[in-house]
Amino acid sequence: MLDKILFLLCLASALADERCMPDTPHGFQVRLSIKTALGDEAYAWNENEMFLFRATLAFAMRNHMTGQQFNVSNIVVCDETERVSFWFIVTSPLDTSQLIDQENVEAAIRRSRNRINSAFLLTDKTLEFVDILPTLGTPYVHPTPPWLIAFGVVMGAVGAGIIIMLVSSAVQKKLKTNKKPQDKDEDDEEETRVKTMENGVARDGVYNMSFSEDERFTAM
Amino acid sequence: MMEKEDSEEKEISERPKWDNKVQYLLTCIGFAVGLGNVWRFPYLCQTYGGGAFLIPYLIALVLEGLPLLHMELAIGQRLRLGSVGVWNSISPYMGGLGVASMMVSFLVGMFYNMILAWILWYFFHSFQNPLPWRDCPVNLNHTAYISECEKSSSVNYFWYRETLNITPNIQTSGSLEWWLVLCLASAWCFVYIGFVRGIESIGKAIYATVTFPYLVLTIFLIRALTLPGATDGLVYLFTPNWNTLKNPEVWLDAATQIFFSLSLAFGGLIAFSSYNPQKNNCESDALIVGCVNSFTSIYASIPIFAILGFKANENYNTCQNWNILQLTNAFNIGDENITVENYQDWFNHLNATDPSEVESLDLKTCDLHTFLEQSASGTGLAFIVFTEAVINMPGSQVWAVLFFIMLFCLGLSSMFGNLQGVLTPLMDLHLIPTWMPKEIFTGLICLVAFTISLIFTLGSGNYWLEIFNNYVGSMPLLIIAFFEIITVVYIYGINRFNDDIEWMSGRRPNIYWQATWRFISPLLLLVVSVAYVVMQAEKSPTYSTWNPDYMYFPLAEVLPYPGWVVAICGLLSAIPVISIPLVALYRFVGFLKNYIKTRHNQNPYANEVSNGDL
Repeated sequence: MLDKILFLLCLASALADERCMPDTPHGFQVRLSIKTALGDEAYAWNENEMFLFRATLAFAMRNHMTGQQFNVSNIVVCDETERVSFWFIVTSPLDTSQLIDQENVEAAIRRSRNRINSAFLLTDKTLEFVDILPTLGTPYVHPTPPWLIAFGVVMGAVGAGIIIMLVSSAVQKKLKTNKKPQDKDEDDEEETRVKTMENGVARDGVYNMSFSEDERFTAM
Repeated sequence: MMEKEDSEEKEISERPKWDNKVQYLLTCIGFAVGLGNVWRFPYLCQTYGGGAFLIPYLIALVLEGLPLLHMELAIGQRLRLGSVGVWNSISPYMGGLGVASMMVSFLVGMFYNMILAWILWYFFHSFQNPLPWRDCPVNLNHTAYISECEKSSSVNYFWYRETLNITPNIQTSGSLEWWLVLCLASAWCFVYIGFVRGIESIGKAIYATVTFPYLVLTIFLIRALTLPGATDGLVYLFTPNWNTLKNPEVWLDAATQIFFSLSLAFGGLIAFSSYNPQKNNCESDALIVGCVNSFTSIYASIPIFAILGFKANENYNTCQNWNILQLTNAFNIGDENITVENYQDWFNHLNATDPSEVESLDLKTCDLHTFLEQSASGTGLAFIVFTEAVINMPGSQVWAVLFFIMLFCLGLSSMFGNLQGVLTPLMDLHLIPTWMPKEIFTGLICLVAFTISLIFTLGSGNYWLEIFNNYVGSMPLLIIAFFEIITVVYIYGINRFNDDIEWMSGRRPNIYWQATWRFISPLLLLVVSVAYVVMQAEKSPTYSTWNPDYMYFPLAEVLPYPGWVVAICGLLSAIPVISIPLVALYRFVGFLKNYIKTRHNQNPYANEVSNGDL
């Protein structure tokens, strides 16, 4: 009796092993790049780590397919290489001859991807499930775009600067015009000279001030 | 007589003047040193055989740049007027030169400020972590990156889509991009704040805007030299390839580069020197400005190319690592067993054992030189190549902020020169109503320029900017400069000019100046202008576009300009230049009229009203 049970078990596991092979349509390939991720602190890949992987995957399956009690034995691994890559398939806990289809496995892994990664201190890139694209992280959307904040600060400063300059030049002009009435009586003549000089700058000649401005042409 | 001297002194004191010589020199240097020193010269240096390019460049500086510079500074200082007034004084028939300079200054000022607006946009975006041009944005259901970004690159996407929102061709105008309008308005505000009182405010602003870029370049130099791969970039830049000197295009490009780099024929230099006291040594000024400009170009190319070398190195490593990963995954070799060093051995071994598998992997050929050659000039260098390099530098935000502030300062000081070349002639012609204070008038100039330059904020704005850059900021300047030197030397008279300079600086110009002013520079300018026109005419007017729907995207689709655009290009080149003969004709007609009048009317008592002004 015991022999028969043992034989059946071996057969079952042998059958399960047959279904797990490279390029199986029911499973996925996993690639780990531990040295790339951790450098000097890389741990060696051994049976214990493999056990952890199977346990983590069982956890992911439990999370996704609620009610079904997945066990480490339900995760079958094969074709382990030096790369640290291997294939795995998932059997149903209710009936080991049945395999969980790829969509469910993929959904389970997607859901718990973060937990699986952190169990191994790896990232989406270094713990690669071939053909399962990681959901791209939502880029953080700022409530106010930061560039508008920088723009507001800079433009506020510039606007203040412009106002200060205009006000200061207006104030300066007022001071000048307040001074002018004092000098005006003395410099009446000189002022007109100055004015005509400003007008005359662009012309070739200089007005000879012996003649007053009204009589530019001598009367015939 | 006494009264006349008093009034002349009053006139001299009424004209604004520089606070000190340093202000004047810094402003001229700021005007000459601009964006081109940073993003055009290194590119030319690299394209035309590295260190060998310095030879035609320095020869052009000595034979063409310095003489023209000295001449412009001298006439401005002697005649104490802006470009229009100066040429009217020298010869009323050549008054059109001043008008042409003023128009070119205005047109160039309009599109140049758009570049400053882009720089501001990038500057505002450098205060984020991560930098927005590092990652591609994801599409709506978070399954993949946006395809336009994925096919090109994140930096390209950020520039062409998020900044410019560029249309596929120039006919499609798109709409006014509000963010660019905001940035353009802020750029004009910055310009206004420096320009508001003419040289009185410019003189204070340039202390910061001219010295800061040198500080940043030095910081970048120190940082860049410590980056891995910097030496590759520098070696690549400066290794002389003497064969390029046989190519006449190199000499042409060197001559045009020196010419545009010194900002000659804009009228801005004449305007700046017109505010000098007349007894000032303009020869040393010209030598200082010219040499500092060239030194800045060479000095700027060192950190630029060190950083480009670093970027090429990064790309090379990425390429190699990709190959290594492909091999590692395909043959299930242990992680990190294949390294950059033993890659070749592994490759040979694997190729020998399983060549078909190796071939199916489609490994890339990684060549450092190919990556080094991928440099660019102009906006491509600043907004695509450099931003990509900055992402990989630790502390990216700091470097990005510093870089864009430096570019902004370089551009701002050149903008001051452009606008001064517009303001001074208008002031000298007394076209400003006396009731309007200077601040309002400068504000009005800025406002008008802002309104017209809104075309550059359209979806097709970048294409229009390229047109302005190629057709306004090139050919007309060469023609104006040629006529300038001919006018001064042969119409004003070289002897009279020598006397003026001797009176101003105390020394008569030596044989070098005589030879270059009389023969070498005009001849060189003529040859360069003709060669330039010929080369432009040979190239059919096409432009490269960014079209995501193009079959070979991300390669640029090269399209011909539509007819009406070609007409506009022609107008842009012709209108500034056409004012030279037009004004001469107008004066000549006036002269004829007067001549006929005096023949008819032999009244000795009738005063001729001098019509020596516009």
